[in-house]
Amino acid sequence: MAKLIVNQEKITDIDALIKICPFGAMENKNGILEINASCRMCKLCVRRGPEGAVVYVEDEVVKVDKSKWKGIAVYVDHVEGDIHPVTFELIGKARELADKVNHPVYCLFMGHDIGHRAEELLHYGVDEVFVYDNEMLKDFRIEPYTAVFEDFVNRVKPSVILVGATTIGRSLAPRVAARFKTGLTADCTVLDIKENTDLVQIRPAFGGNIMAQIVTPNNRPQMATVRYKVMTAPERKAEASGRIIHCSIEENRLKSNINVLSVTKKQKEHGISEAEIIVAAGRGIKSEKDMAMIYELADVLGAEVACTRPLIEAGWLDSKRQIGLSGRTVRPKLIITCGISGAVQFTAGMNNSEYIIAINKDEKAPIFKVAHYGIVGDIYEIIPGLIENIKRVKEA
Amino acid sequence: MEILVCIKQVPGTTKVEVDPVTGVLKRDGVDSKMNPYDLYAIETALRIREQRGGRVSVITMGPPQASVVIKEAYMMGVDDGILLSDRRFAGSDVLATSYTLSQGIKKVSNPDLIICGKQTTDGDTAQVGPEIAEYLGIPHVANVRKILEIKDSSIVVEMDMPETVEIAEIKYPCLITVEKDIFQPRLPSFKKKLETRDREVKMFTLQDFEDRDEKSYGLNGSPTKVERIFPPEVNNDRRMLKGNPEELRNKITVKLKELRFI
Ligand SMILES: Cc1cc2nc3c(=O)[nH]c(=O)nc-3n(C[C@H](O)[C@H](O)[C@H](O)COP(=O)(O)OP(=O)(O)OC[C@H]3O[C@@H](n4cnc5c(N)ncnc54)[C@H](O)[C@@H]3O)c2cc1C
Ligand SMILES: Nc1ncnc2c1ncn2[C@@H]1O[C@H](COP(=O)(O)O)[C@@H](O)[C@H]1O
Repeated sequence: MAKLIVNQEKITDIDALIKICPFGAMENKNGILEINASCRMCKLCVRRGPEGAVVYVEDEVVKVDKSKWKGIAVYVDHVEGDIHPVTFELIGKARELADKVNHPVYCLFMGHDIGHRAEELLHYGVDEVFVYDNEMLKDFRIEPYTAVFEDFVNRVKPSVILVGATTIGRSLAPRVAARFKTGLTADCTVLDIKENTDLVQIRPAFGGNIMAQIVTPNNRPQMATVRYKVMTAPERKAEASGRIIHCSIEENRLKSNINVLSVTKKQKEHGISEAEIIVAAGRGIKSEKDMAMIYELADVLGAEVACTRPLIEAGWLDSKRQIGLSGRTVRPKLIITCGISGAVQFTAGMNNSEYIIAINKDEKAPIFKVAHYGIVGDIYEIIPGLIENIKRVKEA
Repeated sequence: MEILVCIKQVPGTTKVEVDPVTGVLKRDGVDSKMNPYDLYAIETALRIREQRGGRVSVITMGPPQASVVIKEAYMMGVDDGILLSDRRFAGSDVLATSYTLSQGIKKVSNPDLIICGKQTTDGDTAQVGPEIAEYLGIPHVANVRKILEIKDSSIVVEMDMPETVEIAEIKYPCLITVEKDIFQPRLPSFKKKLETRDREVKMFTLQDFEDRDEKSYGLNGSPTKVERIFPPEVNNDRRMLKGNPEELRNKITVKLKELRFI
């Protein structure tokens, strides 16, 4: 049990102490300091207040026996047997963590008619793949999938479970975590493991302004989700290693109150909000026909084209492609800005991008303050040659 | 039909900083608003009520001030509001939050349908909804972007999956989390504001729950612990390059290769 205890006699200035709390969780009730429900347990009052006025006490809790939980498990995300690439990225990470603490790497693969796909996983450094193949697992439905997951966890007792933060993973992982009353950290960007097998989970919090390091010190299994393209997939080895274990589960545990009526393939949407790579054009583009080089650059990079407001006003692009305060916010892995000055109204919509390359001939342009890679030069002299370069690299 | 919507009060801004000395969040407790994604959940509930009749309630766990978001929900047309507030809920992670909400839900109502927002702008996990469903032992469907049919004992919804659109029928009681393009949320109305000025917000504390063990709630009931918070690394890679066009485009090419974009 952890709680805050107030020692009234050690408080000299009650109102000064109240001011320390950023959440307004302390009240002066007739000279007695009380902590109310707004408390977030940030413990600032403990650290900043007068010595001993507010103390944080933690009772002994029953400790989980961590040695009983062994292995790093990866949930195999797939649609009708097509394995989602995030799975391989997680296997790579799992291997790395497992080697540090000398644990095995497991995969959990459930679905219908998937048996023959499991072999592929053995090329990426997995020790054991647990396959649950059943007609009732054909479509993703939460109750049977959770039941299978539960069966797997009880059977294998993995210390860590990694799940891709896909639509399915984000729905399934919390359900499993709640069933085992354990911790689940969403969208981790960095994972490491301590000697005592505690998983170190780092994730952005509060819109990416802050990073939080989170552990699950007294519960097993420890669960984390990771987005696609955050970790690096290992090279596929020509030789398969490890083994496949076919598992079964009683059908009555696979009942569901959900009935999937239809599954339709979607048309691929092309928008800038979800784009991973964006080529953005600004007023440095002199005429509409010059947009051709922007489109070509985007094409060779597999990128979406976006722009600043003046180009929308000129009618060169659809308004859905405007980035900025009065346009869309984007957060791609890469954005290349071409002839954009970098007004705050523009940068407000893109400064959280992971990597920003800016090309502008004015070295004083404010865009260089937000760019990671600032190129002082003329877009007309750089972009056509850059397109040729990229083509050559891709052909090589 | 009984519909319950889970709503949360979140900071009005995401501009938070970490005090580099203490490692503690610097932010104003005053500036807060309803989680924007929860407005879509409320709207969905109100539309269903318009079609089928029944009651729409909202529930939130938070500090006493969170009653403001319940008042806001009243102004949109919600019938009832429940606030779960107790000092011992402080420091809850996803598991403890979901558990507290599930205890509250069991205590006060027996909804046919529970609707959650897609995610919160502060917690940003999208996990609370599915965990509540688990604790209540009911099925859930996430990423709902359309309600196709509301039947007597089930609801037919369309789900947005990465490569497919799925249509599924779920029996009540169940929980759904909705996408933000499901319906355009209505604005709070001044008329409703006057009408609901005196409508009470029902408050419950840990003492009212079936499980009164303090260990299940707040920091104690949270398996995850935040070891430290820190500002994101500043990019030391920030570089400015000048030179002739040929050099420059070669450097960009090398960089793109290094970053594995090509
Ligand atoms: C309320 C409000 C909201 C706004 N919202 C938005 C918004 O959402 N999005 C938005 O984009 N704008 C918005 N604006 C407008 C914004 O303030 C800027 O005017 C706009 O972003 C400038 O666009 P730009 O960078 O393309 O053009 P400019 O500012 O004209 O910059 C062009 C840049 O190209 C460079 N350049 C020129 N020729 C070349 C060349 N050959 N090679 C390399 N570089 C070259 C120049 O050095 C210059 O820096 C808003 C303004 C207001 C007042
Ligand atoms: N404290 C809370 N009180 C009520 N509902 C909540 C709370 N936290 C989260 N929720 C609900 O769960 C959804 C997902 O939240 P999150 O998992 O924090 O991203 C939100 O959109 C709300 O519907």
